[in-house]
Amino acid sequence: MAEQTVKKEILLPSERKMSRKERREYTLHEMKRNYMCYVMLAPFMFFFIIFTVIPVMMSLPMGFTDFDMASFPRWVGFQNFYTMFMDDDVFIKAIRTTLVFAIFTGPLSYAMSFMLAWLINELHPALKTLFTLIFYAPSMAGNIYFVWQLIFSGDQYGYLNAFLMELGFTTTAMQWLTDGRLVLACVIVVQLWVSMGAGFLAMRAGFQGIDKSMCEAGAIEGIKNRWQELIYITIPSMGPSLMFAAVMQIVSAFTVDIVGRTLAGFPSTDYKVHTIMTHAFDYGWVRYEMGYSSAVCFVLFLVMLVCNNLVGKVLGKYVD
Amino acid sequence: MAKKKRKDLKPSELAALQEQENAAALAALKKRREKEHQKMLKSKGSNKQVGKNWKNDVGIFLLLSFMGLFMLFPIYLALINSVKPIQEMFLMPPKLYAMDPTTDNFRDLFKIANNSWVPFSRNIFNSVFVTVTATVLHVLFASTAAFILSKCRFPGNAFLNQIVVIALLFNSTVTYIMQYMVMATLGMINTYSALILPIISTSMGLYLMRQSMSTIPDAMIEAAKVDGAGLMRICWGIVMPNCKPALMTIIIFEFQTAWNTNGGGLVYDEALKTIPVVVQQIAAAGMARQGAIAASAVVLMIPPLLVFVLAQRNVMETMAHAGMKD
Repeated sequence: MAEQTVKKEILLPSERKMSRKERREYTLHEMKRNYMCYVMLAPFMFFFIIFTVIPVMMSLPMGFTDFDMASFPRWVGFQNFYTMFMDDDVFIKAIRTTLVFAIFTGPLSYAMSFMLAWLINELHPALKTLFTLIFYAPSMAGNIYFVWQLIFSGDQYGYLNAFLMELGFTTTAMQWLTDGRLVLACVIVVQLWVSMGAGFLAMRAGFQGIDKSMCEAGAIEGIKNRWQELIYITIPSMGPSLMFAAVMQIVSAFTVDIVGRTLAGFPSTDYKVHTIMTHAFDYGWVRYEMGYSSAVCFVLFLVMLVCNNLVGKVLGKYVD
Repeated sequence: MAKKKRKDLKPSELAALQEQENAAALAALKKRREKEHQKMLKSKGSNKQVGKNWKNDVGIFLLLSFMGLFMLFPIYLALINSVKPIQEMFLMPPKLYAMDPTTDNFRDLFKIANNSWVPFSRNIFNSVFVTVTATVLHVLFASTAAFILSKCRFPGNAFLNQIVVIALLFNSTVTYIMQYMVMATLGMINTYSALILPIISTSMGLYLMRQSMSTIPDAMIEAAKVDGAGLMRICWGIVMPNCKPALMTIIIFEFQTAWNTNGGGLVYDEALKTIPVVVQQIAAAGMARQGAIAASAVVLMIPPLLVFVLAQRNVMETMAHAGMKD
């Protein structure tokens, strides 16, 4: 009780009810007082605003236009969104495919990254670097997933086919990347293979940033095994890294596109690996219907925003 | 005997007795301490960490190795393909090793690259220049901004923090066109700026740094402020050394992003093209250059790999919270 009354008495000016004029004056005063903050933010914000924020702001309204890159965009309101959900069968199919990918490269890959980062952390320091490198290597080279084409190649030159035929599992070469029943699974495998990217590395950094003395203190306080240590010490103290990894994972899970397009061709058999992002690429850069393509991206953006807020709620107690 | 009458003892005897008692008490105390220490050791398993024993470690090692093989296999294939002579490339069934390894593919790659319009050394220079400039500038700018966004209270802070995350999520096909338009307005098309500035202006590195910095206790910064350190000094002298793992991670990210950049249509002059673009042009020839493609993948992977190893070695695990004692 006493504490509360004290708190009320020393409310910061920002928390007090103020008139508009008062608030403006206070804000100005605070801005002047903290001018150094703005000075230090300036170099990054200058480039960030010009080359990221402005292009993003300019592309936001494009979803509501008919824009073919040759003539000036024509405002069409919600027409694009209506077409998308009512008239576009491929888009509906793409939603399903994207969700399948999102489950594998989202939660599954996130959990895998975390487990791997944790297990690696238990090893000897020299081995830590080695294993981090091994798991991160596929994401390091920009386009190395082309190698999977050699593995999944549909003729007998393909490594997987040759291997299976040698062992006598099949007598004919399987069409891994063109058979509608197989292609999705194949691309998911490759997608998982490249998914130990930014999020995984951030988690490794998070583990490395944990104060060792916390674990020792925990041991004295009565923590019995590694599971308890993980739940009571490790996870709470690396919440921010977990949040970062989650955002990265959301982005990579919903924007799955290029791997499938490279491996399974474009368009893929029966649109089996045709994701929302592939759909946007199709309309944007093949048919030059930029307005529609932007609308597709806009829907995807909203979905990602919702996911981001959900994750933020879950991890919220560990962040800040 | 001695217990009976202390008063009656002679001073010399009393002193001896006291010494004896002291020694006994000290021994008892030592014994008790030892016992407690033993108990503590036992309860902890070892003095390092809970539940750490070699059996677990071997299990983890084996599990990770098994998964590591899956991760490494395709990279191994790329490596093997890069040293296979052309006649081995189309053997049936394909071999998992090169029977007669050569460096022909690498030589071919450089020969083709050198036969193009501009000398290959120019492309190498472009790549190195762009990568180094972009990485250094981004790390400097983004770290400073991240410090301000995570540790300072000022009007607009919450708003800017929101923007940073939203910019990460927004991914549109037309963003590139808008970026092109902005570049064109500023007259930056076909310059080094077009290659470097888009990389500097991404918010991923900033977000990672911000997240990492938010784990640093405010007390540390308050203490530095009391000692009279300016914001710049606090950022680079106190906060940065404590965020070393995150710092190294964004160096790895930025280097890799910048190294793999291809200009995305913002640059069309041959003399400004980076190595990945040249490699793409070479690879466009298709099957006949299968070996050269594999070789180029291997060559392109080397610089990020080196940076990764150097950066990881630099991460001292004990660095975190080194300045904090409470």
